[in-house]
Amino acid sequence: MSAAAAKANAKSRSARAKKVRQFITPEGVDLELRIASSGLRFGALLVDLILIVLALILFSLVMLWIGFASQSDITMVVWMLGAFLLRTFWFIGFELGSRAATPGKRLMGIRVVARDGGRLTADAVVARNLIRELELFLPLMMLGVGAAEDMVSGWTMAAGVLWSLTLSLFLLFNRDRMRMGDLIAGTWVVMAQRVKLDADIATGTAGDAMLFSEAELAVYGIFELQELERVLRGKDARAMREVADAIRAKIGRPVAEEDDVFLLSYYRQLKARLERKLLFGKRREDKYASD
Amino acid sequence: MIPAAAPTRALDAPSFSSGRFRAEREADWIAFDLLLTKLEKKGAKALTSDELLQLPLLYRATLSSLSIARATSLDKALLDHLEALSIRGYFLVYGVRETRWSRVRRFFLYDWPAAVRSVWKETIIISLIILLGAITSYSLVASNPEWYYNFVGEDMAGGRDPRATAEYLQSTLGHGKAASDGESGLHVFATYLFTHNSRVSIMSFALGFAFGVPTMMLEYYQGIGLGAMMAVFSGKGLGFDFGGWLFIHGTTELFAAALSGAAGLRIGAAVVFPGARSRLQAASQAGRIAGKVMIGVILMLFMAGLLEGFGRQLITDTMLRYGIGTLMLLFWIAYYYIPRREDVT
Repeated sequence: MSAAAAKANAKSRSARAKKVRQFITPEGVDLELRIASSGLRFGALLVDLILIVLALILFSLVMLWIGFASQSDITMVVWMLGAFLLRTFWFIGFELGSRAATPGKRLMGIRVVARDGGRLTADAVVARNLIRELELFLPLMMLGVGAAEDMVSGWTMAAGVLWSLTLSLFLLFNRDRMRMGDLIAGTWVVMAQRVKLDADIATGTAGDAMLFSEAELAVYGIFELQELERVLRGKDARAMREVADAIRAKIGRPVAEEDDVFLLSYYRQLKARLERKLLFGKRREDKYASD
Repeated sequence: MIPAAAPTRALDAPSFSSGRFRAEREADWIAFDLLLTKLEKKGAKALTSDELLQLPLLYRATLSSLSIARATSLDKALLDHLEALSIRGYFLVYGVRETRWSRVRRFFLYDWPAAVRSVWKETIIISLIILLGAITSYSLVASNPEWYYNFVGEDMAGGRDPRATAEYLQSTLGHGKAASDGESGLHVFATYLFTHNSRVSIMSFALGFAFGVPTMMLEYYQGIGLGAMMAVFSGKGLGFDFGGWLFIHGTTELFAAALSGAAGLRIGAAVVFPGARSRLQAASQAGRIAGKVMIGVILMLFMAGLLEGFGRQLITDTMLRYGIGTLMLLFWIAYYYIPRREDVT
């Protein structure tokens, strides 16, 4: 049972490690960029498409209104050019900015970077986004062509759509989650979330109320410590109760204190213990690893 | 219990602790965060010279904090924050080193022509393919007009087929009485042509990665339509006029079409024959050159749309049409292929 759990833990750790790409700055620090998941990518695309459609509708209404007011067909020209620019340069324009992300990508906390670690150049951004045109519209076009021409049988159409879908879904078939456009432009899409600096819960006055023995602290590793941290920062009373009960059962303590006091004290002393070990070069990943 | 705790704690506390580390460095991180936010929102111009000098210092301090934290701290929130801050800082500090204006200037003066020059082989190949398509359909339609209906769709032909009279064909070229009808819609027409042609060019570029085959087919098809039309008009003795009608914008438009095909072919060729580089590397290098060419292609098509929508409808003299077309062609050739001094350095 515990061997299986240990294996599962190790597996999830290595899965996380597989997403991390070495990215060494000129100062010699590895930034450990994480590849954005396909779900996030799809979400970002969806948000962008919705925004484009909304902008297009708004733009059309304004142009329609101006067109009726001025009785001139120059608004038609402006509308066509505007729609073309919006469709083609929405992605390019935003990704050329300093944050290298469209609104959808910003919302999902991802951005575009150059794979070689250099700066993201305009030609790379243009290349990756012109290919998008193909990835988005080729499957639709295949459907359209198939429907328009009678001689194309249903199966041929299905094959065409399938073929174009493998291009569009290319990012599912490689480890780096590269679209066709990323491949050609030499780019990656990586996580770039903003993380607020949360208060340090390991210092302060509360939480020294209890003292745990070495044996009581020796049952957990880093993974459990960080899960405990998450629960403490979450401040959800029910989750704290569950975790506190689990720890009490494990180390054999009676229920005597408030949950948060108990957990905070345990967290601090466990953290101090594990960090001290870390300074001596001993990193205990989880409770299954040897102490 | 509590009195007993005090001595043990004193014994436990190491002289270095992650809490103390954080307390000492936290001010730097906060300052860096604020500076980055300002930089992102208002740009580098909004920073005072003092802040600009602070930027690299704070960036390095943050990176060093990240290294230390990774080695000593187990506070997940702290590690995540430092990592995110360092990534954000890295891309801003090492990001764009040029102003927008100088990037645009360099693109027009050097990058664009240089990119076009470097795909010259592909440009020749694609031009030959278009020519081949035109010759094929021309000779077929000239010998048997029935072929025409295989090449040009009903909706695209708009009545310009072998059954049409010479007068009707002439009117479609902007001569005679029917020509002056549609002038009010010129700019709409020009815009439509521009957006449509851009779409087609982007497609022919984007299809390039499939080893360039669809790109070549698309370009061949463009040539086919051209040759078939040519055969119909020259069969009625209007070949010279049709040439002028086509030439005024066609030199720019077909050049752009050939370049977009060339950009696609470059990518296809890089994937098939990567040479000493890895396939991925070859594809991304080709992709960047092709990206530059494609910005140029869209600009060229914009010009072609203007020439087609306005120039062709307003200028009806065939010789003048030929003159403008030739001038445009010479302009593009000179712009792209005359070497610049920047290239040497």
